[in-house]
Amino acid sequence: MLDAGSQAEAYNFAYLDEQTKRMIRRAILKGIAVPGYQVPFASREMPMPYGWGTGGVQVTAACLVPEDRLKVIDQGADDTTNAVSIRRFFQRTAGVAVTEATSEATVIQTRHRIPEVPLTAGQILVYQVPIPEPLRFLEPRETETRKMHELEEYGLMHVKLYEDIARHGQIATSYAYPVKVEGRYVMDPSPIPKFDNPKLAGNPAIQLFGAGREQRIYALPPWTKAVSLDFDDHPFETSKAPHDCDLCGAKDSYLDEVITDDAGGRMYVCSDTDFCAGRRARGMKGRLWAPEPEGVA
Amino acid sequence: MYVAVKGGERAIDNAHQWLAEERRGDLSVPELTITQIREQMALAVNRVMAEGSLYDPDLAALAIKQARGDLIEAVFLIRAYRTTLPRLAASNPVDTGAMAVDRRISATFKDLPGGQVLGPTFDYTHRLLDFTLMAEGKTPDTPSPSGEEGRGEGESRVPHVTSFLNRDGLIEVAEPGDATPPDLTREPMELPADRTLRLQALTRGDEGFVLSMAYSTQRGYGRTHAFVGELRIGTVAVEVDIPELGFAVEIGEIELTECETVNQFKGSKTEPPQFTRGYGLVMGQSERKAIAMSLVDRALRWQELGEDFTGAPAQDEEFVLMHCDNIQATGFLEHIKLPHYVDFQAELELVRKLRAEAMALQEAAE
Repeated sequence: MLDAGSQAEAYNFAYLDEQTKRMIRRAILKGIAVPGYQVPFASREMPMPYGWGTGGVQVTAACLVPEDRLKVIDQGADDTTNAVSIRRFFQRTAGVAVTEATSEATVIQTRHRIPEVPLTAGQILVYQVPIPEPLRFLEPRETETRKMHELEEYGLMHVKLYEDIARHGQIATSYAYPVKVEGRYVMDPSPIPKFDNPKLAGNPAIQLFGAGREQRIYALPPWTKAVSLDFDDHPFETSKAPHDCDLCGAKDSYLDEVITDDAGGRMYVCSDTDFCAGRRARGMKGRLWAPEPEGVA
Repeated sequence: MYVAVKGGERAIDNAHQWLAEERRGDLSVPELTITQIREQMALAVNRVMAEGSLYDPDLAALAIKQARGDLIEAVFLIRAYRTTLPRLAASNPVDTGAMAVDRRISATFKDLPGGQVLGPTFDYTHRLLDFTLMAEGKTPDTPSPSGEEGRGEGESRVPHVTSFLNRDGLIEVAEPGDATPPDLTREPMELPADRTLRLQALTRGDEGFVLSMAYSTQRGYGRTHAFVGELRIGTVAVEVDIPELGFAVEIGEIELTECETVNQFKGSKTEPPQFTRGYGLVMGQSERKAIAMSLVDRALRWQELGEDFTGAPAQDEEFVLMHCDNIQATGFLEHIKLPHYVDFQAELELVRKLRAEAMALQEAAE
C-alpha cells in the first residue's frame, strides 16, 4: 500500500500505467459518443477494494492531468473517511492540487451526490457506481439485460414502476432512480437521491460513471437529455426532508438527518458540506448555528 | 453543535497505526520472517499465489504477514501488485506430461505406467493434534522417507491417464488448439465465455466457492459422476520463446497441481456414449481446489455436450463466473460498511410518506 511517500514514486502518474489509461480513455470516449450506453472495459485491480470506488478512481486516473484541481466527496461531504482516502490516493500518486470548493475543482469524484453548486463547462464529474445496470434487480442475468438494452426493451421497468403505483400510490424508488438518456438508453444514475436527478439533465459539465467490479463505464456528455422515468398521471417528483438546514438555513439543499440525543432530538444539515460552509462563511445562519469549536478541522 | 465524521484523516492514520501494532502482536514474541512463512505455511502461500494469480512464494508470504494471516486480504495485496506489472512475454504452454511429480495418483486404475506416487499428503493421516509440534525447540521425530523419492527430473515422461482411455476411443478427444486464449485480467468478461476463459476464472476463483459448487454437483445439483482419473502435483519448466535467439529458453520452474476427472456419460442427442473430461489446474500444491475446479468445469460443459440444463447453480456459467472471485465479492460485500446516509435519508423520507398515507387511509376507513 502507499503508506510511504517514497513508494508512490515507484508508480506512474495517477497510479495507472499509460496503456491502461489509454484503454480507459477509449471506453470513456465511446461512452460519450453513445450517451447512457454501458461500455465494457478491462477494469484493473486497484489498491482499494472493489465496491469502494475503484471504477470512479480508474476514470479519474484516466482523466487527470497535472494541472487539475481535484475534489472528492462521499455522501456530499469532503471529510468522510472514504473521500479522504481517495483524495489522499491522488495527492500521493498524481500530486495534483485538491480543493473542497466545487466551483474551483476541475475534476470532482463523487459517491451518491451531485454538488448543490451548479457545475460549469469544463468540469468533469466522476461518479462511483456499484451496480451500473438499471435492470439488474428485475433481471439478474447480464446476458439478458444487454439484450434488453439492444432491443430497447424497457417494458419490465415500466411494469415495475406501475406496480409501485398500484401498491403504494407512488413510485417507491427514492435513490438510483433510472433515467432515459436522449430517448434511447435507460441508465442508472448511481445511488444518488432522486432529489439530484434533475441536475443530470442539460448539465454543462461532463458526467462520467465508472463501475470497477462490474467493468462498465458510461457517460452523459454536456447538455444531454436525461429524463427520469415516470407516467403522465404520475409525474416524477423530487423529495427531500421537509426542513431547512439547521446550520446555514438553506431551504433548497439536500439534507442529512442527524440524531442528536436519545429522546428523538433531530437536526437537519446540508449533505453538501462545501455548499453549507460557503453559505455560513457568507453569514447565513440556520436554527442551530454556532461558531465552529476550536480544534476541529 | 454538529461535529459528525470530522477528522476522518486523523482517524484513518490512527487506525492504520493501531493495525500495525496488532499485526506485530506481543513484542516479547519473536517476529515471523518471510522465509518462515514461505517454508512452514506453504499451503497458505500456495493458495495466495493461486488466487492472486501470481507465482511468487516470497511475495505471497509477505502478503500473508502483512494481512495478519487473512488469506483473502493477502490475495488482494498480491492482485493489486500484480496488476501494476508489465507483461513482458507470454510463455509457451507448460507441459504437465513432463512434470517432475511429487505426487501422482489415479483413482480409476490400480496401477498404471508411471506408478502411483502418494507424495506429501494429509490423506491417511489421523487428524489428531500432534502435541510434539507444540514442544518448541525440540525437533519432532520425523524420519526422512527411506529410499524411494518422487520422480526426479530427466526421468521419462509420466503419461496422462486419460490418454490410455483415449486410445480405445472411450473418452472424448481433447484436441489441442492453437488459439490465443482470452485474458480475463486484460479484457472485460464477456458472456457466454469459452472454456479457456471459464478455466481461467475458476483457477483464480475462491477455493471455498469452487469447493462448494463442486460439492453441490456431487449431491445432485448438476450431477456429473466424476472419478479422479488422475491427480498430479509437481514442478514444470516455464519456457519463453526469445525471438532474437529463435528458440525457447527455460526461465524457471513452477509447482502445479493438475486434476483430470473422468465422467460417466450416457451420450446425448449430439454425442455418443463415452467418458468425458473435467479439468483443473492450479498453481502450487492446491489439491482440493484442483479437484473442485475439474468438477465445476465438467458441470459447466453441459451445453457443449448436449446435456440438459437442470437449473443447478454449478451448470450456470454466469452465476459461477460472476461470483467466484473473492476479491470482487469481499470488496462489494464490505462496501456496505461505507456511509450510506444519503440513500438512507431518501428511504426514510419515502417510508415516512408511505406510512403517513397508509395511516390516513386507515383513519378514514375507521
